[in-house]
Amino acid sequence: MLEQIAHSRLVLIALSALVVWAATLFLLGRRRAVVLAASSISGGRQMHSRPNYHGYFAALLAAGPAFLALAFYALFGQALADRIAISDLPADFSALSAFERAVQIDAARALAEGGGSGVIASEQPPAVGTLATAMERSRGGAKLIAVAVAIALAVLGAAIALMRIKPALRARTMVERVIGGLLMLCSGVAIATTAGIVLSLVFETIRFFGEVSPLEFMFGLKWSAQTQIRPDQIGSSGAFGAVPLLFGSLMITLIAMLVAAPVGLFAAIYLSEYAGPRFRATVKPILEVLAGVPTVVYGFFALLTVAPAIKAFGEWLNRVLMNLFPGVEGPIIDAQPTSALAAGLVMGVMIIPFVSSLSDDVINAAPQSLRDGSAALGATRAETIRKVILPAALPGIVAALLLAVSRAIGETMIVVMAAGQRAQITANPFSDVTTITVQIVDLLTGDTEFDSPKTLSAFALGFGLFLLTLLFNVIAQQVVKAYREKYE
Amino acid sequence: MNRVDHAAIKASDSDVRRPDGGPTADPRIKVKTRGVSVFYGDKQALFGVDLDIDEKSVTALIGPSGCGKSTYLRCINRMNDTIEGCRIEGSIEIDGEDIHDRSIDPVLLRARVGMVFQKPNPFPKSIFDNVAYGARIHGLASSRKELEEIVQSSLEKAGLWGEVKDRLGQPGTSLSGGQQQRLVIARAIAVRPDVILMDEPCSALDPIATAKIEELIDELRFNYCIVIVTHSMAQAARVSQKTAFFHLGKLVETGPTELIFTNPRESRTQDYITGRFG
Repeated sequence: MLEQIAHSRLVLIALSALVVWAATLFLLGRRRAVVLAASSISGGRQMHSRPNYHGYFAALLAAGPAFLALAFYALFGQALADRIAISDLPADFSALSAFERAVQIDAARALAEGGGSGVIASEQPPAVGTLATAMERSRGGAKLIAVAVAIALAVLGAAIALMRIKPALRARTMVERVIGGLLMLCSGVAIATTAGIVLSLVFETIRFFGEVSPLEFMFGLKWSAQTQIRPDQIGSSGAFGAVPLLFGSLMITLIAMLVAAPVGLFAAIYLSEYAGPRFRATVKPILEVLAGVPTVVYGFFALLTVAPAIKAFGEWLNRVLMNLFPGVEGPIIDAQPTSALAAGLVMGVMIIPFVSSLSDDVINAAPQSLRDGSAALGATRAETIRKVILPAALPGIVAALLLAVSRAIGETMIVVMAAGQRAQITANPFSDVTTITVQIVDLLTGDTEFDSPKTLSAFALGFGLFLLTLLFNVIAQQVVKAYREKYE
Repeated sequence: MNRVDHAAIKASDSDVRRPDGGPTADPRIKVKTRGVSVFYGDKQALFGVDLDIDEKSVTALIGPSGCGKSTYLRCINRMNDTIEGCRIEGSIEIDGEDIHDRSIDPVLLRARVGMVFQKPNPFPKSIFDNVAYGARIHGLASSRKELEEIVQSSLEKAGLWGEVKDRLGQPGTSLSGGQQQRLVIARAIAVRPDVILMDEPCSALDPIATAKIEELIDELRFNYCIVIVTHSMAQAARVSQKTAFFHLGKLVETGPTELIFTNPRESRTQDYITGRFG
């Protein structure tokens, strides 16, 4: 019967059984502790922990190891079983190329899982069928072993737990330790994920640098991510100089910060120092709604509303300048339908709540005693803010701005939609530029082959972006640390 | 102005007990309050306080925690204005001028009425900039040299000059607690106030630093009208010429310090100063 139950359903059934088992053991352990406690009063021996902890202890010991075994099976069981089946492949396979082998193994896997993915057994070479049968058998075995091990662990754990429940058992400490372990595990997941992402970026980046010189990537002024499909093809030799992309990213970030820094900071000052409590209670959440607007919405706002307006303004400015300097040839300002300015302005609006919310916290953290001291010397509110509060809060404000900068550099959707595609270094904000994030999206969407420099360059760009934002975050954290030490 | 004999103090003291008061023509009275009540929202913190505070002397406000003495103190430089939902009734006059008059700018009033807080609160700036702060805001110095003179004389008056004259560029927060409190006093003096309010200025300090501050207060009283809130009866007895006892938001009794401490009229005062409650 076990063979008929699908993998995922088996795991679900086993998990529910474990929950029931844990609840039972909780009641049993608790009951045993209560009985012991009653008899221990006459024996003069105090229970170390309250009955509930003995219950948790029994439940954890009974269900914990079995759960870990099941989790291991759920994550790796099938892959492991397939690996075993493949390891004694039918002889026909060894003659095949690596690529064909991979295709056939995939087909066999699909068959073993019961088809449904468009693989039809009769269309496959006979070897595939053989392998599929081997896989099915091996998977069935893994299933049996997993269930057997889980049941054994559950029974064994329950027995040990019930035997160990004695007045002297420090069940409370044990439960505490398990909880500590669980919490550590969760933080470990976050760290491990980050490490995994970084490592994958690093390896692909190294592969990329095997084909394109790091010097060209870091200092090259031309970006044209193409690779030759045929060796004799003309005009499609790629250029992988990332400087124009970095320039585009920094230019748009600069424009965004020119909007967000003053508006966000002054809004924060107004809200924390001037606004009445009722006004603050209304406006602050509204301001923070800005942070909740999906970036894609900002993106089409930038593309459909702001960019055309910017283009019209640029063209008007151009006409004015052309009239002023009639001798100059060609357009003085080259206004494009997508522009750095449009993307930067809208991104600035998006970042305002970051700046204002963080600065507001920092300004509020400045002690009231400083405000009182300044007011008692006959300083006005503005004088107090300018001369006492802002200098004291400056490191925190700088940190807030740096965090906003790294947010801006990494922002993707707005620039994909409104900044353009042309990799160029220009001082003209009305012109279209492209950014690191836009190019990554561009390189990895659509049909891509994962071993050409064109695709690999996306990883190098991603890694560069990661380093850049990491740098800003580290600086911001250091600044905040210095700031904390000042008050405490 | 130096005709502050004992009988005169007693005379002005008996004035206080007559609520009708009369005109503040008396040059010995710096601050005159009549019927001052303070409300925080719906809660009344002070109930009709009538009190005269003498020029060039130290007046101590004593009483158990929450009795309204700090609230009263904060009325004199209108610091209560900065608190949301705070309302003040009654009249407060400094030199015969109503400080709640429309013509009085509370910001300028606070330059005339300096304040020292419970916890030393130097700005996170250099010692020099701390003292120069008020002078710069109010444009008291027309040149760097004048500013330096103001800083030096203020620090000298606060008894701190000798200790900090070689490190004026260091942050004010790097000083010890007692030095910080004297720095804050110097900062207040630099604005040339007539009145200095002190809200438990020694409660965060050790006994040696406290002794120095008390010594300083004793010197300052020859030039300033000082009002000090204190929890220490011994301190009130040591530094003040006049004492006012507050209880439950009401002014219970006021008079020359020696009289209050040796022969109080009210039994509640007697109970408080002998430590029976509070």
